[in-house]
Amino acid sequence: MNHNSKKNLMTGSKIIIESLIKEGVDTIFGYPGGAVLNIYDELLNYKDKIKHILVRHEQGAAHAADGYARASGKVGVVLVTSGPGATNTITGIATANMDSVPMVILTGQVPTNLIGNDAFQEADTVGITRPCTKHNYLVKDIKDLARTIKEAFYIASTGRPGPVLIDIPKDITSSVYEFDYPENVELRGYSPTYFGHHVQISKLSAEILKAKKPLLYIGGGVISSNAANELKELAELLDLPVTSTLMGLGGFPSNHPLFFGMLGMHGTYAANMAISNADFIVAVGARFDDRVTGKVEEFGKNAKFAHIDIDPSSIGKNVKIEIPVVGDVKSVLSSVLEILNNKTEEISSAKYERLGWLEEINAWKYEHPLLYRMNDIIKPQYVIEKIYELTDGEAVIATEVGQSQMWTAQFYQFKHPRTLLTSGGLGTMGFGFPAAIGAQIACPDKTVFDIAGDGSIQMNIQELATAVQYNLPVKIAIINNNFLGMIRQWQELFYHKRYSFSEMNVNPDFVKLAEAYGAVGLRAKSPDEVVPVIEKALSIKKPVIMDFVVDKEESVYPMVAPGSPITGMLLV
Amino acid sequence: MEKTHILSIHVENESGVLTRVAGLFSARGFNIDSICVAKTLEKNESKMIIATSGDTQILEQITKQLNRLVNVIKVQELTDEDSVVRQTVLIKVNADETTKSDIFRIKDIFGGRVIDVSRNSYTLEVTGSERKIESLIDILRPLGIKDIVKTGIIALQRTRKPNL
Repeated sequence: MNHNSKKNLMTGSKIIIESLIKEGVDTIFGYPGGAVLNIYDELLNYKDKIKHILVRHEQGAAHAADGYARASGKVGVVLVTSGPGATNTITGIATANMDSVPMVILTGQVPTNLIGNDAFQEADTVGITRPCTKHNYLVKDIKDLARTIKEAFYIASTGRPGPVLIDIPKDITSSVYEFDYPENVELRGYSPTYFGHHVQISKLSAEILKAKKPLLYIGGGVISSNAANELKELAELLDLPVTSTLMGLGGFPSNHPLFFGMLGMHGTYAANMAISNADFIVAVGARFDDRVTGKVEEFGKNAKFAHIDIDPSSIGKNVKIEIPVVGDVKSVLSSVLEILNNKTEEISSAKYERLGWLEEINAWKYEHPLLYRMNDIIKPQYVIEKIYELTDGEAVIATEVGQSQMWTAQFYQFKHPRTLLTSGGLGTMGFGFPAAIGAQIACPDKTVFDIAGDGSIQMNIQELATAVQYNLPVKIAIINNNFLGMIRQWQELFYHKRYSFSEMNVNPDFVKLAEAYGAVGLRAKSPDEVVPVIEKALSIKKPVIMDFVVDKEESVYPMVAPGSPITGMLLV
Repeated sequence: MEKTHILSIHVENESGVLTRVAGLFSARGFNIDSICVAKTLEKNESKMIIATSGDTQILEQITKQLNRLVNVIKVQELTDEDSVVRQTVLIKVNADETTKSDIFRIKDIFGGRVIDVSRNSYTLEVTGSERKIESLIDILRPLGIKDIVKTGIIALQRTRKPNL
């Protein structure tokens, strides 16, 4: 091609960064390496426009970008090198994919003439990430570079969001081409449905008025589509009881009188009983995961189902749906509200007829509330309750996976969307701490916690250096029972207390570890030390590790054995 | 009920599309009984014909999951009633003086051709429905089939006849 010097000629590296700026990117989580050196060299020229966070492991970059995206609603961006740089991000990408988090991952690749040659630091990144991304690309021609980046951001952030990976060979980053960022995308095979079908919306609105025992079962879709206000309006308009999946927590205020807690394996007695006794269940941006439904044939067995979801493949996948509504949760709920707002009379009579239903659920709530018994050893639930009280429920809480995650879901009252960052689908230990780092960068003025176990915190502990380097005052609360607690719990319940390799016989001294990294370490060994430790941590403007030495034998209840109906709860 | 379904899938003709589609089937535990892929007359567009099996709920999931793929433009189920379904087989069968005339007769009945001849074998080319190919194989089997290859199913929707 004959390049005219008046044209906007740039190197591939510059095109990449200019494209990111066009997409509104101001933060990148990354780690340099051979195949991305050209991009890194160019990045130095953009220090005032793009903040690059140097992590200590590429998995940390992926989780941090994920936490940044969950906390802010923006697309998280990752930049890593080829081969091991790319493969190290896989767990992070799969985590984001399962939880529908918008991310763009830029990976370096060996030069095009070496692809397929088993070159140094070569991996078939597109092949490896195909099943765990929403879509991915290998850029083989610099002409396609800007358009690919445009498409990647569009795909990542629209429809059911998800991670999109772009693999960029090194020679593409050094060659030169005209930069012309496309205004629009043309994707013949991709056009998400935003507005629900009016017939289905009318049916849903009619049924929600008619039902005697209606229930809203909300999931992460409420948060991704920023529909918390519409949901609250609908619930309050009709006095609809609400229960939430792990991913939906914060989508409806947990301290609201219409909220009855999380449902499923570790759900509340009231939520699981309500699901099983309701006559009409509206699933809102939820996907009937096995941890939610238990024995799927018994799930909501007395109910008709409506399901609002932007992903048609989620509807009718596990449970038969009478009223399917494909569309964006926010848009569909607004349409439902529009219809219902004209029906004042029907609404007051419907509300009157359902007083008994709310009383019934409230009775279950008082019959078996979430509880634990205090003694002279610290109870994990107590730590989480105190974190809630001392942050007034205004903190952003990232979690790891296992008991500490479930107790957080049960005992921290999430009042706002995007305040719980947790790996729900993939269940990734090691997610919480880097995610908290990403969230702290997205929300510099908020208090950000990672609630961890002594097992999971060690899976990405190296990111403490990142937190210290960028002076991110993330608070890590380690619920330290010297066990992989959830594994221990399952072995206690289902394997005759044969604790096979679940005890952490050796743990580091977490206080000294924090100090070694230049962070602050605190420890609480008895219940009376818990509040002072949290208060102290909150007063320090540095990363802090709080080591709570807790009861080893404590378990998460209620619990439903896998594959059992969710009414078959083991209570405390 | 388990049943064979034929899916006609329009895809963008980009590298990796076949892997995306095949990978989706294996990752989600769906079956591929046969698959045929070739370019269409549209620029940058290919069509895949996949024969798969499962009940209607599984078919619905397959269709929805395929539609999630960014490179998939359109998915259509083709039923026996409203589409033409064909498969071609090349079949090398033992032949000697006593059986040659039988083979020729069978070939004629099935509307096929002899495309290669050697001293002791004939190779036939036959096109037809799956059932027709199966019965051809049944009839030739006693003579001794030396080798066989099938194309997999291809199918096209019939033009709708006007209601009379």
